[in-house]
Amino acid sequence: MDRLVTVALALVALVWVGPYLWMVATSFKSLDELVRAPAWPIPSRFRLDAYREVFSALPVWRYTLNSIVMATLIGVLQAALALPAGYALAKLEFTGKRVAFVLVMACLIIPPQVTFVPVFTMLGPLGLVNTMTALVVPFAVSAFGTFLVRQAMLSVPNELIEAARLDGAGELTIIYRVLAPLVRPTLAAMFLFSFVYHYSDYFWPLMMTTDDHIRTLPVAVALLREQGTGVRWHIVMAGNVVLTMPVLVLFIVAQRRILRAVTARALS
Amino acid sequence: MSLRPTRTFHPYAMLAPTLAVLALFCLVPLGVAFHKSFFAWDLLTEPEPVGFGNYRALLASGELGELIVRTLAYSVVVVSASLTLGLALAVALNREGRFYAFVRSAVFSAYVVSWVAVALLWLWLLDPQAGLIARVSKGLGLTPVDWLGNPRVVLFTLAGVTVWKITGYAMVIFLAGLQDVPRSVLEAAALDGAGPWQRFRYIVWPLLRPTATFVATTSLILSFQAFDIVRVMTQGGPVRSSTIFVYAIYEQVFVNMRVGRASALTVVFFVLLLGLTGLQWWLWRKSADSRVAT
Repeated sequence: MDRLVTVALALVALVWVGPYLWMVATSFKSLDELVRAPAWPIPSRFRLDAYREVFSALPVWRYTLNSIVMATLIGVLQAALALPAGYALAKLEFTGKRVAFVLVMACLIIPPQVTFVPVFTMLGPLGLVNTMTALVVPFAVSAFGTFLVRQAMLSVPNELIEAARLDGAGELTIIYRVLAPLVRPTLAAMFLFSFVYHYSDYFWPLMMTTDDHIRTLPVAVALLREQGTGVRWHIVMAGNVVLTMPVLVLFIVAQRRILRAVTARALS
Repeated sequence: MSLRPTRTFHPYAMLAPTLAVLALFCLVPLGVAFHKSFFAWDLLTEPEPVGFGNYRALLASGELGELIVRTLAYSVVVVSASLTLGLALAVALNREGRFYAFVRSAVFSAYVVSWVAVALLWLWLLDPQAGLIARVSKGLGLTPVDWLGNPRVVLFTLAGVTVWKITGYAMVIFLAGLQDVPRSVLEAAALDGAGPWQRFRYIVWPLLRPTATFVATTSLILSFQAFDIVRVMTQGGPVRSSTIFVYAIYEQVFVNMRVGRASALTVVFFVLLLGLTGLQWWLWRKSADSRVAT
């Protein structure tokens, strides 16, 4: 029984790791090899031709930079804006607090798939399609992130804030200097999750950009296949390796943190 | 206990940017979509009011019904398969050791990688001529299946790839849930002669049920919003057999330039999501109640 389970699990591992290995193997092959023996696993030698072609067909660095800038800006803005909002919602007393909270929670159930058509028609006349603004600002606030920061702030004792006020600290100092370090695990999880998500995001950049200069990496790599003429799979897979490797490396390095971020997200 | 703000306007100023962005990119668009759904508009000429024309056209052509059935079929396959597989893997992998940790990471890694990468990868594996799967099944003497070209198969192929991508998520959440199952109870049950299946059925599963409800409803809502995999792998084809909801909205705007029609679809889509979210809350409340009761 135990041995059977082990064999089954080894098969499972193969089903999940196999495709990655296949992707890497394909990317080192030549067109000739692909045509002659597409199912032979090992390339006759390690060629970088496919990579060279990807880098000459696409301004890979530019697209990677676009993706990184976009994902970083979104992550930073989300954290920076969730802090004061979460603080007000968790700690302060004011009229309309319930309404504000309900508004934030309502947006939890409205995904980009619902908003992209109207947002596209709103941004068009403003000349904002094909700009970094269209990629970043709609995600500058994460309803869920705001909620998570609020939850984390609830457990901070009021006395701490009162003491800081007595010391003459302004509210901004309290939020960004006193409270931010206390909710750092929440902020880190939020940033990590948001960065990985938006770095890989295909949906929103596809809808909001048509121009080369603002294109992000996932959109560009998907285009490799559309321009592709039939069997040039080694080039598509080379592009795919370029797209996947940073995320896989990040996953291997930060696996524990990512796991905690995902489960915390689910169980809160 | 809440603190009094030092100045009355402080909380409003702190919330202003957050509420402004959410209003502008989440609530206002809903209103805009609703408004535009009563117009015929191609983005170039002036919008023309058509009343309920867009909704009527969607119903009359039968497109709406087909979309809903197709999207639900895809979602239900995805949810039931990833849930079952994720649970089985969580139970099998819930132990110490390098091998188990490796299998866990392997399965979960697909959840982290982008949809585009997964879609391209499987497009290549499933290629009817040179793809690994076609070659291997040919070698084994199996009848070749046109995974992406057969209109009766393609939706299930997409569901299968989605299961490959998201099973790791279900597994991880179940693994977290399994940490709440007390070892001592399991050991006592084993001493009393309960076999592995009985221990799962009578001890583990009742404790995991709320987790299962959570995973099922969240993945139902997420798979209902699937788009990337359709866009990259099939473009909704062949003969629209894999055109699911969000792809249909996209097609109306960016291929057919019918913003009014797309807005009407968006409104219906939002109402369906609202329904699914309602279902999620109801099931969640129910499982929370039953947990209190037992």
